[in-house]
Amino acid sequence: MGYPHKSHPRETPVLSKHFGDPDAISLDGWKKRGGYKALEQALNMEPSAIVDIVKASGLRGRGGAGFPTGVKWSFMRPGDGKPHYLCCNADESEPGTFKDREIMRWTPHALIEGCAVGAYAIGAETAYIYIRGEFTEPIQRMEAALKEAYAAGILGNNAMGTGKRVDVYVHKGAGAYICGEETALMNSLEGKRGNPRIKPPFPAVSGLFGQPTTINNVETLAAVPHILNNGAEWYKAMCLGSPKSTGSKLFSVCGNISKPGNYEITMGFPFKDFLYDLCGGPTQGRKFKAVIPGGCSVPIQTMEEAEATLMDYEGFVAQGTMLGSGGVIVFDDAQSIPRQMARLARFYAHESCAQCTQCREGTAWTTKIMERIVAGQGTFEDLDTLLELADNMTGKTICVLSDSCATVVTSGLQKFRHEFEALITGRRSSTVPMAVA
Amino acid sequence: MSGHTDAPYEPVFVGKRRAELDELLTRYPTKQAALLPALWIVQEERGWLPEAGMTEVAAVLGLTAAYVKGVVTFYTMYKQHPTGTHFIQVCTTSPCLCAGADKVVDAFLEHTGCKELGLTSPDGKYTVIEVECLGACGFATPVQINLDYVENVTPEKVPTILAGLK
Repeated sequence: MGYPHKSHPRETPVLSKHFGDPDAISLDGWKKRGGYKALEQALNMEPSAIVDIVKASGLRGRGGAGFPTGVKWSFMRPGDGKPHYLCCNADESEPGTFKDREIMRWTPHALIEGCAVGAYAIGAETAYIYIRGEFTEPIQRMEAALKEAYAAGILGNNAMGTGKRVDVYVHKGAGAYICGEETALMNSLEGKRGNPRIKPPFPAVSGLFGQPTTINNVETLAAVPHILNNGAEWYKAMCLGSPKSTGSKLFSVCGNISKPGNYEITMGFPFKDFLYDLCGGPTQGRKFKAVIPGGCSVPIQTMEEAEATLMDYEGFVAQGTMLGSGGVIVFDDAQSIPRQMARLARFYAHESCAQCTQCREGTAWTTKIMERIVAGQGTFEDLDTLLELADNMTGKTICVLSDSCATVVTSGLQKFRHEFEALITGRRSSTVPMAVA
Repeated sequence: MSGHTDAPYEPVFVGKRRAELDELLTRYPTKQAALLPALWIVQEERGWLPEAGMTEVAAVLGLTAAYVKGVVTFYTMYKQHPTGTHFIQVCTTSPCLCAGADKVVDAFLEHTGCKELGLTSPDGKYTVIEVECLGACGFATPVQINLDYVENVTPEKVPTILAGLK
């Protein structure tokens, strides 16, 4: 079942199969749909065997970086005598991304099962699901599902009667985009300001509470039970493009498009068909102008680039951008790219944790200059200053928030420079949306 | 500012709330890790986080009040000042801007009588602010009123939404 639309015949509903189906939310409903079989199987396996299956499936991190999940898990050493932790990153805050919210709202037990399997596979007895504080409904659904799972003996000191301990807890954030960065998330969970940490040490060595820790995205963990149930080969076979990108992937679609919502496709699906066929194309009388395909932190694409893209990790890179979190933001010909870029710069300025100078100052000055240009008060020198600032904001800070802001600016300027120049030469204000031919 | 009173601060962590905190403490290897949840409990009880509330949290978790305040000021959802009964948070980040979120903000300001963003209406009922991405971009424009989301908000729907608030 698709959500909020009916599933399109060309979708591959695995994770989203039960979106919009209220009966799938409860433990009974989830069990009717095959729930917790994978966990039962996993708890009777060697942890390393689970890691091997996930490795063989080709599953890669769905939060943005695309790191192979099985390889990440293999960095953990079960039995080293230390407490291990699994953190599930449910701090979904990347503009354009709203897929994890639906997983938690409609299939909370899928995520609990994925967390429990993941925790067991890495030798952790405790998993924390860090959910952004704004997500009231997903938090309530997850809490209710956890209560059911504990009452049924699925979690706790004797998980599914195997004598193994698996605890899963929800930890509620309090409003900070940066806590989606894995080391900031751990600091926040420890009761600190959400400042990212310098790496190394990497979380697998010294993570949450200084212990070996793995952090996985909601969508990544929710995919794991399906892989155990159907086998690594089944997952690996879902592939239309690069063999390095396997499985199904949720894409959240928003902005100027006929049918915004979540769509699940096989990796490598043609982006052109996705935008025009699945998502219904532009709204009446409009044309697409540009797409940011992976959450606002990836480079913007022209329509020529977008329409030539295959939707997988390699396919987006080949067309000048990245898959990121799969949050597709579409702009039509009524939108001013400089105005949108200025708004995104403001987002980063607001969300900078302010510990690195390049980011704290860079995001603020970028916003100031961008907004000046949008107000029709910019100069050509401003464009050079923006690029110089972006250079100083790239690769020089603890985390990549600063780099993301720079990416917005450089890709926007590189691909839509004429719109910035029109605002400067024409002294045209774009404080209201305007058509730029 | 409204909400500030000279009445003595009544501790939050007694009875049921204390039991709730004690259960939370079993989930983590350190007391400090219960800081965000403990602050949420105070905010639920008081509607915002008065300094005395931060001091109480510091005492129960073995932290200093200054440290707690340092954490509170990092996160946008902890209220350092009281707000109107209905705290209206309109998402205006890029995807919502495409959908006209700026007009939704204007409509809320107009219909609530709030003179500007962040100020509470004279009747004490409303405070309107702009927020960054609420993570519901496909349902633009989402508006969070206190804890709950209202999706697909347009300027035309604002009077009805306000009339439905208890």
